[in-house]
Amino acid sequence: MNSVILQAGARYLAALLLLFSIHMLLRGHNEPGGGFIGGLIGATGFVIYSLACGVGEARAALRVAPEAVAAIGLALALLAGLLPLFLGLPLFTGLWPFLGTGPDGGKGLPVSSVLLFDIGVYLVVLGSVLTLVLLLEDEGERND
Amino acid sequence: MSLILVLPVVVPLATAILCFALRTSRWGRWVSLGGTLLHAAAAFALVAIVSDGTVIAAQMGNWAAPFGITLVADALGAAMVAVTAVTAIATAVYALGDIDAERERLGYHALFQVLIAGVSGAFLTGDIFNLYVWFEVMLIASFGLMTLGARPEQIDGGIRYVTLNLVSTILFLMGVGLLYGMTGTLNMADLSIAVASLEARGPLSVVAVMFILAFGIKSAVFPLFFWLPASYHTPAFAVSALFAGLLTKVGVYALVRMFTLVFDLDTGFTHEILLWVALLTMLTGVLGAAAQSDFRKILSFHIVSQIGYMVLGLALFTPLAIAGAVFYILHHILVKANLFLVAGVAGRLCGSTELARMGGLYRSAPLLAALFLVPAFSLAGFPPLSGFWAKFLIVKASLDIHAWLAATVALVTGILTVFSMTKIWGAAFWTPHPEGLSPEPARLGAGARAALILPIAFLASLTLFIGLVPQPLLGFAEMAGAQLLDPADYIRAVLGDLP
Repeated sequence: MNSVILQAGARYLAALLLLFSIHMLLRGHNEPGGGFIGGLIGATGFVIYSLACGVGEARAALRVAPEAVAAIGLALALLAGLLPLFLGLPLFTGLWPFLGTGPDGGKGLPVSSVLLFDIGVYLVVLGSVLTLVLLLEDEGERND
Repeated sequence: MSLILVLPVVVPLATAILCFALRTSRWGRWVSLGGTLLHAAAAFALVAIVSDGTVIAAQMGNWAAPFGITLVADALGAAMVAVTAVTAIATAVYALGDIDAERERLGYHALFQVLIAGVSGAFLTGDIFNLYVWFEVMLIASFGLMTLGARPEQIDGGIRYVTLNLVSTILFLMGVGLLYGMTGTLNMADLSIAVASLEARGPLSVVAVMFILAFGIKSAVFPLFFWLPASYHTPAFAVSALFAGLLTKVGVYALVRMFTLVFDLDTGFTHEILLWVALLTMLTGVLGAAAQSDFRKILSFHIVSQIGYMVLGLALFTPLAIAGAVFYILHHILVKANLFLVAGVAGRLCGSTELARMGGLYRSAPLLAALFLVPAFSLAGFPPLSGFWAKFLIVKASLDIHAWLAATVALVTGILTVFSMTKIWGAAFWTPHPEGLSPEPARLGAGARAALILPIAFLASLTLFIGLVPQPLLGFAEMAGAQLLDPADYIRAVLGDLP
């Protein structure tokens, strides 16, 4: 597709979608959202970019092969699930270490294994959706 | 105790990550094979635990049921995981001779392991939303495997496959949503109780039909089966064997689970639908096969027809019929995967899987011919092979409750199955090759030959063993059937002792 308007717009749209996807990922901690929906929104950003500027550009913008993104995500999610096992807790039990202390002497920043799991899911979804879509678009371009 | 339930899911996932890291190395395939062996060890440990009739459950994340995700293994679930493991080993060995370096580089082994994890997860989960998640995992992995190599007809088959399966998962998800709206729970054991105390049963029947549609597409029953023969003949042989053995059976398993545990109240309505679906599935599948001329397409239509027997067992809803359905599923996975593996070797030797371009295999590869006959006759239901006992149970169950039509259709379908198998035998094995080619096994290297033939012989000997010594598996299937019809143990294992 060779539309200047789309190409100019896609850069901003992709950036916005990526930002929004991270917002959804973090928001999912206590409110509707999370890794799955975040990953889908993030993938949409790259898909729009690939439609406007071509699959090669999108792959370059991603820097890492989408399959590798998915594999890394799977490893993170699995790690988050297996960590509690080493502490004698059932698998996938949420671990909640707090970093530092809060402003009023309370608990500090929660860095939970739940968040690690969600980041893993985010990457798995982003990676696998992009693997499929970019593969199909590649095929489409070859047939054109 | 909780660890053994998680291992069949975690081991393949961890193996998948390793295989992905090693995808350009020749060690990847051996890691994959090692992972399947570990998975099998976990699966058979699970079978050993549940073989005395106990049901075990584990709560993920330390959240008590029904709030967290529960993994459960009863006799059916454990047996399904075990037969998955057997099929996985056979196809992993077969892949050593069938999957080329290019497909390995694209991540074949990682996708294979993710698929095994998805299938095992679907068999073990006790949470209906989690079941949906495993369906999605399977769908993504199987789409990847199907389009690996990206030949145009593969993409074509893959798109049909994925589109219809997405329709199915959307229906499934809507059904889950409605069920949750009505009962406020997603845990299957809890659902079983909550549904029984519902006052308005009308909407429940609507949801039940949505589940029949969703799982019906997954398991390729009449009239929703057309995606299967349109896609199963396109991927690599090892992949199509794995799909043929396992994927539709996950749909059948989900049907059996949901329609014995949750939707077992209005059986006059739901199981009547299932009965007609089953009969039409058997007939259309086997008639469709008669019109085909490609080895793998004939086998694909036979998957459809055989699914009918399993659904028939569920629809009859007597202890013997359910046991028959369980027996049928377990036997069918081994036989069908094996037939696709044979088709792979035959196709390699003859240079095509089009029957018109095959021939001469009996003369040049008698061992392969003998190994074809075992699963082929088992599929048709010849004694003393495993398929005979499976069909016997279903037909006996039909006759017991005077379902004459069902018994007749089951027998007629069996005879027509023989017709298709004879057609394959005649064209591919008996008559000489049309192009004068002699399909000697020596055309393959020694290593590839061993990797391709060993799993076929392994699965054929299992079929033979089940046929000659049916008692252990029969007893197990009867126990699984009894557990399904009276899910009290299942519910107690998940929710603990109820007040």
